[in-house]
Amino acid sequence: MNAIEVSHLRVVRGGRVVLPDLSCTVSSGTIAGLLGPSGSGKTTLIRAIVGVQRVASGHLSVLGKPAGSPELRRLVGYVTQTPSVYGDLTVRENLAYFATMAGVASSAVADVIETVSLGALSSTQVAQLSGGERARVSLAAALLPSPKLLVLDEPTVGLDPVLRQELWDLFHQLAGKGVTFLISSHVMDEADRCQRLLLLREGAVLADATPAELLQRTQSADLEAAFLRLIEAEVSI
Amino acid sequence: MTGQRTLATAGRVLRQLRHDPRTIALMLVVPCLLMTLLRYVYDGQVQIFDHVAPVLLVLFPFTVMFVVTSVAMLRERSSGTLERLLTTPMAKGDLLAGYALAFSVAAVIQVGLVMVLAVGPLGLQIHGGLGALATVALLDALLGTVLGLFLSAFANTEFQAVQFLPAFVLPQLLLCGLFAPRAQMLPILSWLSDVMPLSYAVDAATRAATSSMWTSALTTDVLVVAACIPLFLGLGAGTLRRRTP
Repeated sequence: MNAIEVSHLRVVRGGRVVLPDLSCTVSSGTIAGLLGPSGSGKTTLIRAIVGVQRVASGHLSVLGKPAGSPELRRLVGYVTQTPSVYGDLTVRENLAYFATMAGVASSAVADVIETVSLGALSSTQVAQLSGGERARVSLAAALLPSPKLLVLDEPTVGLDPVLRQELWDLFHQLAGKGVTFLISSHVMDEADRCQRLLLLREGAVLADATPAELLQRTQSADLEAAFLRLIEAEVSI
Repeated sequence: MTGQRTLATAGRVLRQLRHDPRTIALMLVVPCLLMTLLRYVYDGQVQIFDHVAPVLLVLFPFTVMFVVTSVAMLRERSSGTLERLLTTPMAKGDLLAGYALAFSVAAVIQVGLVMVLAVGPLGLQIHGGLGALATVALLDALLGTVLGLFLSAFANTEFQAVQFLPAFVLPQLLLCGLFAPRAQMLPILSWLSDVMPLSYAVDAATRAATSSMWTSALTTDVLVVAACIPLFLGLGAGTLRRRTP
C-alpha cells in the first residue's frame, strides 16, 4: 500500500510554475528521501502533501485520503525547514501547548522530550537554544500525536554528526513500527540512509529508485556522482 | 472549537507576555504616565480633564491591544507556528478566541490600574458609574484585539503592522468626536465617523462618565461596539487559511 500517491500535480507559486506535472508514490513504512538542489521544488511538494499548499491541479492521496483532509491532521506530522516553535517559551511550555492543540494527553510531552534527548533543556527558553536544539523541539512537536506519516523538510541541517546519527536511528526505529517518512535534503550523504530516493530537479522527478539501484544504473561510486551523472545524461531511469 | 484549546491558547499568549517583562511594563506603566501627564496639562482646567480623561481611558486599551495583537499575530505567521497550528485538529476559533481572552485579561489589569489612578490620586470626577466606564473600556480593548487580529493578515512585516496604527487608528481618533463634535463635521466626515467603531466607543465612554443613569443611548453605543467584535473576529478567521499560495 502507498502512503503517498501524487499524480499529475501542478503547482504555481507567485506566477512561477514550480511543479509542472509531477507524479510519484511512497510506499507505507519506508523512509523515502526527497533529494534535489535548492529551488527544485522539494518544499513545495512537501507542502502540497501536508495539505498547506494551494495546488493548481492534480491528485494527491495521503494515507488513502485526499491531502489536507481534516482526518489527516492527527495522522500526519510536519516539520518545517525553519523550526516553527515559540522562541519566548520554554521547551516544555511549547510542547505542552502543541499537545493540547493536537488533542494529545499531556503525558506525551515528557515522552517526546525524551525521544529527542532534550531532557536537560526542558525548562530552557527556546530562543536560548542552539539551532540544532531548536530543530529538535520542532521535531518533538511533530512527534506528539504519534503520526503515521512524518514529513520532514531538511531536518538535519546544522546538526553535528553525532546528533544526526541519533536522529537517523530514531527515524529507522519509528519506521520499524510502521511510520512512513518523507525526508527532504540537499545533502547527498543523507541519501544513503533512506530506503527509497526521489530525485527532484526543476520540479520533475529525475529518478525514483533505491540507493543501490541508483548506483548500479549510473555506474557511480557514490550518490552524489550518481545524481550528477543523471543530470548530465538528462535521462530518467 | 473546544474550551480547552481556547484556554490553552490564552495561557500560552499570557505566558509569552510573562517572559517579556518590558512589554508588560510598557503596557501597564505608559497609560498611567500619560494619564498623569494629561492631568497636569489641564492643571488649571479640571473640567476639561474630567471630559477628556474618560475618553483616554478607553483609547489606551484599544490602541495598545491593537498594536500588541497585530504584531503577535504577525509573528505567529512569520515564525511558521500558525502553519503548524493549522495542520493540527484545532479550530481557527480556538486560536482567535484564545488571543481575545488573553488580551482581555491584560486589558482588565491595564484599565483597572489607570482607573484607580485617575479617580484616586488624580482626582477625576466621574458622574456615571465606574462599572459602566470599565465595561466600555474592556469592550474597547476587545475591539482593538479583534481589529489587530484581522488587519495583521494584511501586513507582511512588523514595520507594516506598526504603520497600521497611524493608518487605521488615527483617522478614527480624529473623527471620533474628541477634537470636534461629530455633528458639526462636513457631511462626508460625519458619515465616515458614523461607520467607525471607535466613534461609538468614545461616545459610550463620554455617556458613561457624564450620566449617572444607564441611558438607552449608552446601550446603543455599547451594542454597536459589541457587535463589531464578532464581526471582525469572523473576518479575522477568514484570513486564516489552511492552504496558502
